[in-house]
Amino acid sequence: MALKIDDLRIRLDDFSLKANCAFEAGKVTALIGASGAGKSTFLSALAGFVDCDGGDIRWNGARIQGLPPARRPLATLFQDNNLFPHLTIAQNVGLALGPRLRPLSKDRGPIANALDRVGLAGFDARKPAQLSGGQQSRAALARVLLQDRPIVLLDEPFAALGPGLKRDMLALLRDVILSPERVVIMVTHDPEDARYIADDIAVVADGRVMPPAPVADVLDNPSDDIKLYLGLH
Amino acid sequence: MAQRAGAVIVPRWPGAIVIALVLLLTVGTLIAVLTRADTFGGLGSADRAAISFTLLQAVLSAAISVIAAIPVARALSRRRFRGRSILITLLGAPFILPVVVAVMGLLAVFGRNGLLNDALTMIGAGRVSIYGLAGVVLAHVFFNLPLAVRMILQGWQSIPAERFRLAAALDAPVFSLLERPMLRAVLPGAFASIFLICLTSFAVALILGGGPKATTVELAIYQAIRFDFALDRAAFLAAIQFAMSLVAAGIAWFLAVPDASGAGLDRMARRWDGASIFSRLSDGLAIVVAAAFLIVPLVLVVLRGIGGLGDVPVQIWPAIVRSVLVAVVSTSLTILAAVALSVRGGRGVVVASALPLAASSLVVGTGLFIMVQPILNPAKIALPVTAMMNALMALPFALRIMEPAVTKAERDFGRLSTSLGIVGWARVRMVILPRIRGSLGFAAGLAAALSMGDLGVIALFATSDQQTLPLLMYQLMGSYRTDAASGAALILLGLSLGAFWICDKWGRHGAEN
Repeated sequence: MALKIDDLRIRLDDFSLKANCAFEAGKVTALIGASGAGKSTFLSALAGFVDCDGGDIRWNGARIQGLPPARRPLATLFQDNNLFPHLTIAQNVGLALGPRLRPLSKDRGPIANALDRVGLAGFDARKPAQLSGGQQSRAALARVLLQDRPIVLLDEPFAALGPGLKRDMLALLRDVILSPERVVIMVTHDPEDARYIADDIAVVADGRVMPPAPVADVLDNPSDDIKLYLGLH
Repeated sequence: MAQRAGAVIVPRWPGAIVIALVLLLTVGTLIAVLTRADTFGGLGSADRAAISFTLLQAVLSAAISVIAAIPVARALSRRRFRGRSILITLLGAPFILPVVVAVMGLLAVFGRNGLLNDALTMIGAGRVSIYGLAGVVLAHVFFNLPLAVRMILQGWQSIPAERFRLAAALDAPVFSLLERPMLRAVLPGAFASIFLICLTSFAVALILGGGPKATTVELAIYQAIRFDFALDRAAFLAAIQFAMSLVAAGIAWFLAVPDASGAGLDRMARRWDGASIFSRLSDGLAIVVAAAFLIVPLVLVVLRGIGGLGDVPVQIWPAIVRSVLVAVVSTSLTILAAVALSVRGGRGVVVASALPLAASSLVVGTGLFIMVQPILNPAKIALPVTAMMNALMALPFALRIMEPAVTKAERDFGRLSTSLGIVGWARVRMVILPRIRGSLGFAAGLAAALSMGDLGVIALFATSDQQTLPLLMYQLMGSYRTDAASGAALILLGLSLGAFWICDKWGRHGAEN
């Protein structure tokens, strides 16, 4: 099972990005590159928020390019605003099962279960503002877990957390989200994050998304692009 | 960024209906006016007098408001004192104050038996009269001085604190270096927007104007319809009024009207000038005089109102019910229209927030009168028409408050909502409305208070058994039942402020989430 990207071309004003690569299920792939290289734009194109000028995105051979965001087999964690502040944690998580604020009775069990998996059992009735930053990230992860989509995209959702908390969240992500049937792609600025959680790294540079390669290969025998990014000469 | 085209994210057709209605009510009524206008007679001497009085009072009102506002804004910008933030909040109050109530307060100070004339009599000087040009200008200054102060204060606040530091370090003259350029940029827009407001203000002229020397064009329209049943002449005058408003609105648009939202007026830059005794005294004097000018009439409304409550006639009850009903309906219409338009976005918002400001309620009212008169007696639909007109007139203000909130909600939560399949009506109900609750409540409060105090189209359409509270109050004043009018003024003041408070409170509740 894999997410295949063939000759994808994105053009926004004076910026353009090409991608020709595949992401395998059962692995976490880190997207690494300088600011403005197009990491977030690439995720937005996969999620359906940015129109592509050409090429194809396929999941297990089925074309998802052109589908509206909610109909694509993927779930996204954004940089911020992953929870609606006016809804309770249970309502926020329950939105994974459909656009309704009162969960169906058959949904109550799965919602409680998802909250339990991320360590937020009993937090159902609280509003996001009553939770710490780490707890808010956990609630967002619970929603992604409940969405149960085969592709999970993370656009640096834990960047605002301290280093220790971020590690905890990455571990939790690997623990509850990653499965043999699931592709996880995450944007990161920090090569150490990639080393800590990712299996592969895909470098975004020079207007291209390079095919993923094992973390050790990329970081230990860096190409010129990576050297430049890491500040190695 | 290229968003997905074609997909239905939010419903757009309700906004299209609102734009069509706004066009019908503004451009449509204007066409009705123009086709009916009797131009054969040309401008009579009474018409010319009305035009020149309208322009004269608007120029004087705007000039006095703006010039008097400069020392007040300057004092507020560089003095820190107890009650400063309350005073700045109070500067926003005239917007939701019913015109009849404010005029009642001004009469208590400047009227025949007011404080000023009592004092003048005591020292043996002659009495002054508030009716005519002086009274109209006085009332307009009462309403627009605070607006001018807010606009100019915003200009002062927009001068970066670093510039004051630099000027202090160089011992450079603050006025010519920083303040004069700011005033030169802000004053023309402030003058133009107040000029436009005074050009289309009807209620003040209705109560304090009148007679050959002090009749505005809008008052002449009202008299032509109510007393002479001369629709052709009313239409002709309405066309003149529209032409004047259009020119003034165009000039105001061109000059870029300054912000008077009051956002950030609590900030203060540290300044090193103005330490002399003279400037301290003059700043203090400006603040005290301005505060007294605003507060004393309102205090008198309350004091005399309490005394007059016993004299209020029994017709007050149905009048209260009508006013509240009209306010509820017009506020609902305003909010529905503003939500539909903000969600739709685009050019329609600009059109709907500009057209009602250029069209005066009397011109639109005349057009509606001409349109319905062949079909049915206009008096039969006085209340629905008033509710609709009040909604139209409040729409630009509601949009200015709510549209940025909708834009922010979409910017912050649009992608998350779309990715979770929350689109269409569910998007409006589950995401947008809860996110804009604070702005919605504030806008609803303004719309409700404006409607509650309205004395415009209702005077044109209503017969004596359909009075709203402001109209009843006006009739009580006209028949010299001052005590009863004072009591009604207090009730109207309470209803307007109460309506604003309830809506705003509702919006704030839970808005922090």
